[in-house]
Amino acid sequence: MIYQWIPLVILALSLVPATIIFFLRDDQHRPRTGVNMAGATLKVVLVFALIPFAVAGETIEFRAPFVPGIDFLLRIDPFALYFLTLSSVLWFLTTIYAIGYLENSPHRSRFFAFFSLCVTATSGIALSGNLVTFLVFYELLTLATYPLVAHRQTPEALAGARTYLRYTMAGGVVLLLGVVWLTAVAGPVEFADRGSPQVAELAHEQPGTAALIFGLLIAGLAVKAALVPLHTWLPKAMVAPTPVSALLHAVAVVKAGVFGIALVVNGVFGVEVARELGVLAPLSAIAAITIVYGSVQALRQDGIKARLAYSTVSQLSYIALGLTIPSVIAMTGAVAHIVNQGLMKITLFFCAGLLAETLGVKKFSQLSGLGRRMPLTCAAFTVGALGMIGLPPVAGFVSKWYLGLGALEADQAWILGILLLSSILNAAYFLPAVYSMWWGEPQTDPGWNSSVAVKRTRLEAAPALLIPTMATAGLAVAVGVFAGLDVSSVELARVIAERFYA
Amino acid sequence: MANLLPVVVLLPLVGAILTSLTTHLGPRRLTPLISTVTTALVLAAGCAVAFQVGSSGPLMLVLGGWETPVAIALMSDGFSAAMLLMTAGVGLVVCVFASATPEITGGYWFWPLWLFLLAGLNAVYVSADLFNTYVALELLTVAAVALVALGGRAALLPALRYLLIAVLGSLLFLLGVALVYAETGTLATFGAAEETTGGLVLLVALGVMTLGLAIKVALFPLHSWLPPAHAGAPAAVSPLMSALVIKAAFFVLARMWINLSQGSAPTELAYVLGAVGSVAALWGAALALRQSKLKRVVAYSTVAQVGYFFLLFPLVIAGDGAASALAWEGALVFLFAHGLAKAAMFMAAGSFAHAHGTDELEQLRGAAARMPVASMSMAIAGVSLAGLPPTLAFVGKWQLLHASIESGQWWWIPVLLIGGLLTFAYTARVLRILLDTEDADDQQAKVEQGKFTTVRTDYHPIPQRMQYPALLLAVLTIVLGLRSIDLTELLQAGAAMGGL
Repeated sequence: MIYQWIPLVILALSLVPATIIFFLRDDQHRPRTGVNMAGATLKVVLVFALIPFAVAGETIEFRAPFVPGIDFLLRIDPFALYFLTLSSVLWFLTTIYAIGYLENSPHRSRFFAFFSLCVTATSGIALSGNLVTFLVFYELLTLATYPLVAHRQTPEALAGARTYLRYTMAGGVVLLLGVVWLTAVAGPVEFADRGSPQVAELAHEQPGTAALIFGLLIAGLAVKAALVPLHTWLPKAMVAPTPVSALLHAVAVVKAGVFGIALVVNGVFGVEVARELGVLAPLSAIAAITIVYGSVQALRQDGIKARLAYSTVSQLSYIALGLTIPSVIAMTGAVAHIVNQGLMKITLFFCAGLLAETLGVKKFSQLSGLGRRMPLTCAAFTVGALGMIGLPPVAGFVSKWYLGLGALEADQAWILGILLLSSILNAAYFLPAVYSMWWGEPQTDPGWNSSVAVKRTRLEAAPALLIPTMATAGLAVAVGVFAGLDVSSVELARVIAERFYA
Repeated sequence: MANLLPVVVLLPLVGAILTSLTTHLGPRRLTPLISTVTTALVLAAGCAVAFQVGSSGPLMLVLGGWETPVAIALMSDGFSAAMLLMTAGVGLVVCVFASATPEITGGYWFWPLWLFLLAGLNAVYVSADLFNTYVALELLTVAAVALVALGGRAALLPALRYLLIAVLGSLLFLLGVALVYAETGTLATFGAAEETTGGLVLLVALGVMTLGLAIKVALFPLHSWLPPAHAGAPAAVSPLMSALVIKAAFFVLARMWINLSQGSAPTELAYVLGAVGSVAALWGAALALRQSKLKRVVAYSTVAQVGYFFLLFPLVIAGDGAASALAWEGALVFLFAHGLAKAAMFMAAGSFAHAHGTDELEQLRGAAARMPVASMSMAIAGVSLAGLPPTLAFVGKWQLLHASIESGQWWWIPVLLIGGLLTFAYTARVLRILLDTEDADDQQAKVEQGKFTTVRTDYHPIPQRMQYPALLLAVLTIVLGLRSIDLTELLQAGAAMGGL
């Protein structure tokens, strides 16, 4: 019975640091870092210790009455643990990176408090066992992220944060309406592997209502998942400090949206029910449009962060698209891409931060010849870029491979065309940069001897920034190389996908 | 245990007399202490009542040995017990806040007046007959007006206006009471319905009482007295006014409707109340967005929130069994949540105003850096008012939304959802101003030059004791939100007497 408290412990491991840090002064560097790292480390250890339980098929649940008739339900099952592992590992690395990045800047305590709160919300989303619990953490995530986006308090930062807040709050309201409506007509709904039986019944009896509710739920989630045309907040939120962008794009906000879509499709409706209802086809179409549109927009940006932002818009929809293909292989690809995209995108953002902090380079057109000055950073960037294009052996290849196979299996060859087109576009906006990085001539005035740059003698950049970057790049390759092993994340994705179908 | 019912009224009265003596004759130092201890004792009595009501149903006591309706009858069901708890709980926290410095209370007379107010509020909540309810409403009005008047010269006019308006409301209520007595021959709150078959007189009585109480609750468009009175009052008084005083009138209104109109409820009038409430919710929020003073923002927020309370009437009266019960619970949870969050918000606003000597939002630009705890309280209270999960108001909003769908009255849904967004919008606007310091690069430069400071000349730090009470109440809205089941169970206790 003591096991039922584990989900709460997982939440507490980031909530407690957040609370403590909030009350620390900015100059209390040591206690803040200590609390932060202790929480992050313990969480990683605990989450990894739980993996054998999940593999053995055990589910841990924490239940408490919340809204009358509906429980506050936290549940550790394979899918939850999958997302939880990603978020805890990346939180750990991003915390190190953020400590290095924000050294000596003002409002550090506020930053790290909300940073930890943000991760609490993400963990809660991973653990939630019904829509109401999901909603609690989904809204908490919105609130916790706002101060992070607005952190620099420049007019652009405040404007970007305001746009972010408007979109996500409106999305939250639409989601709330969908959840209340579903509860009113189908009773309290809990996530189940192949969809809730009550919802299946509802879809059978009142297909119109069920489809409308599906639409509301997805529309509410689509804001965070950055599906076109609800994506415009994402590029504007780029004003946030780089570690925030990295976390936002890899695990926190956008992944919460996609994870929510996966839960609605698989856990609430069930793929079969959703397909019979005819609601998957429109979602497929929107996801496909988003993939292409995001890539085209990325091509037009020169700012590194801006291009990466549109790339995220595009890459996220691979996951949404994979969820709508009625094939267990495509589902595997979609679930695998949750981790793969996270690892690759966070690597790219870490690199963007390294380049900007060390050399002041913020544009793609300035990358020429940088491979000589910062070889490790450029190597990591190359790994991320190749992965985004979908070249082996980086993780991105695995997801695209599964998605493509699944599309063929489901007789939806047009999806293959989308994947191919998107890969070409990805190559078009990443490959020239990678080429000029290694083989291009340095610019006439590269600024490599500026005061920031000169301080670094032994390593090419601050170790607190460089080491996490190397780690995520290494993981992105490892996931791709070891995809065939029994304990790989791709294998886990397959297990999860099979649970949704079985 | 029913003997506790008079205690919750008499104890604050005794305390009020004691503190009047110490204030008038000295030693004045004792006044805050006696007042706070009395409030704590009342809270303990309230807890005991709530526990009893929750475990074994409503309490009833007839004083004086006469037969009703001559005797004074006291009663407490779940609704009343919950209000007793909220009143004493919020009151105690405000007492701690107020005891930080005499400057925010408007003088030592704050303390006896607060206890008079507490006695009046509790008397409303435990009273089981209409005439006593009227007397209690008058007592609390007098105390409330006097408290507002503590705000000094600038508050005198709003206080006078408040007095006139409140007396008008009381008179209308009294007229309604007289009509009920003429029609039914009884003043018992819970007996009148059985004596009658409805009819025109009762409808008129209900209409008159509703109008009178709507004035006291400051329902749009009868709200214009509220913002000057609530915003002009001393920092320690505003939370009491906005969180507690208007609740008493609403409590009576809800009781009247549920008990007097059993079975023969005038649904059209209920819809009208709901519609007026909706307009109030949106209009109040729109006005809150346009205020240039912090305390005004919070005061208009009360006008908006009052609007939500009135959704209770169409959803409860015109809904069927299940939807009705949901709406009843939802609206009351909302009421309770508003009490905590609004008190927190006004205390935070009062802290800002006290520390800066003004509550002009422009003057408070960047104040969050100096007062992080007050800013945090403001933020959490705002999130709570907006009904975001997992706060207590979310539970209330959820129930109201559910009831709207269940009873087919879908048109209240946009009001609830858009109103929530607007609530969030005016909190966010305030926070944005509070957070708006120089940009990080400028500060970075100052840090490097070793003169990193944002302390303004017209800012003086406030005592520790002023900072944490607001945060405590704000956090409580979240904790109670996660434990809302306790509150809803209490509200269900004695639902039979509540009419549902």
